[in-house]
Amino acid sequence: MAGELNLCRERLEGALPRKVEEISGQNPYACYQCGKCSAGCLFADHMDVLPNQVIRLVQLGDEGVAAFRAPWVCAACLACAVRCPRGVDIGKVMEALRVLALRRGLTPAPLNLGERYPQIALVGAFRKFTP
Amino acid sequence: MKRVAYFPGCALKDQARGYEAGAKKALEVLGYELVELSRWNCCGTVYALAQDDLVRHLGPVRNLVRTQEMGLDQLVTLCAMCYGTLRRSQRFVEEDEERLSRIRAFMDEEQEYAGGVKVLHLLNLLRDEIGFEPLESKVTRPLEGLKVGAYYGCMLLRPRDVGVDDPDRPEVMERVLGALGATPVLFPERTECCGAYLTVARPDVVQARSERILASAKSSGADVVVTSCPLCQFNLENRRPAWAAGLPVVYLGEVLAWALVQGATVPEEIQARIGKPAEVKA
Repeated sequence: MAGELNLCRERLEGALPRKVEEISGQNPYACYQCGKCSAGCLFADHMDVLPNQVIRLVQLGDEGVAAFRAPWVCAACLACAVRCPRGVDIGKVMEALRVLALRRGLTPAPLNLGERYPQIALVGAFRKFTP
Repeated sequence: MKRVAYFPGCALKDQARGYEAGAKKALEVLGYELVELSRWNCCGTVYALAQDDLVRHLGPVRNLVRTQEMGLDQLVTLCAMCYGTLRRSQRFVEEDEERLSRIRAFMDEEQEYAGGVKVLHLLNLLRDEIGFEPLESKVTRPLEGLKVGAYYGCMLLRPRDVGVDDPDRPEVMERVLGALGATPVLFPERTECCGAYLTVARPDVVQARSERILASAKSSGADVVVTSCPLCQFNLENRRPAWAAGLPVVYLGEVLAWALVQGATVPEEIQARIGKPAEVKA
């Protein structure tokens, strides 16, 4: 069973975690998958992958993470950010994934514009859902 | 009368006009004049969390420049979202000299932003500058018997370094309500998000959140829910389930005016709770 096991960051990480770190200012490798973010997330019920799984996919450099719905269901309420024992602002990681998708021309589900909304709702939504 | 610069934001001129009117009159009673910025622009409503997107901080910084032009160094907001966005942008551009100089270079038609404008929420003003005891001494219509659930939502409390109080166990709104003679009611969802701007993308999600928040306040015994966020107010009022119709969601400024301002319009259902006539003598 000979063979070298080398788990240094340089060999593991792909372009995605570097890009996410650049946009978010957060080190995705600081996360040790305790799951506290997902346990307290009010929107996790509506996500296809949980917040801690989103971080794991980023750690693994899985570009498929851009296609998940989770970052678009995140309301940037920052409950996860104030609770993370490793100081990872997961809200910023979610924002990085939204921003990356929008910059790459991927669009989230259409907005429901058939109703009257106050400006505060529209400006907020346009800022998060359009490039 | 102490003058402080005031940033209203969109909602305070539209669906939250009652909040502005109430807060202004109540602050006059407390010796503060809110002086609206002569020109102001949208704060952006949501703080840009991306670190490489400096352009999104221009709007907030322009409002800080307007404050500086008035010769003042404090900028007061009533809206929780404006507070979060302005305060965070101010910190973001000032904590890094390079960012600040890029911002300055980008808007060189403006007076150079010197830095140091302190963004305050109405609650900061009430707690840190006015104080709970002086507040209590100015009450002319104590809200005795009124059980009020203070709903903080997100932007008043998170992130920790910007929040007006402890993000998990805040007490500032309860202290204010107590000073006004009301009975503050704690409820488990008071610091949990309503879904904010998701109301435009996922009304179903916001409906589920609003239902949960109102159920929590109602089962804890609240007669009324008070907030300082116009988006929370919109979501709780417009995405609420039918059974929660009797639980009004009002603005902090309105509640302040009920207790402090003579001749303030007190809604009938509130009047009935506090058992005080609409006009009381000082």
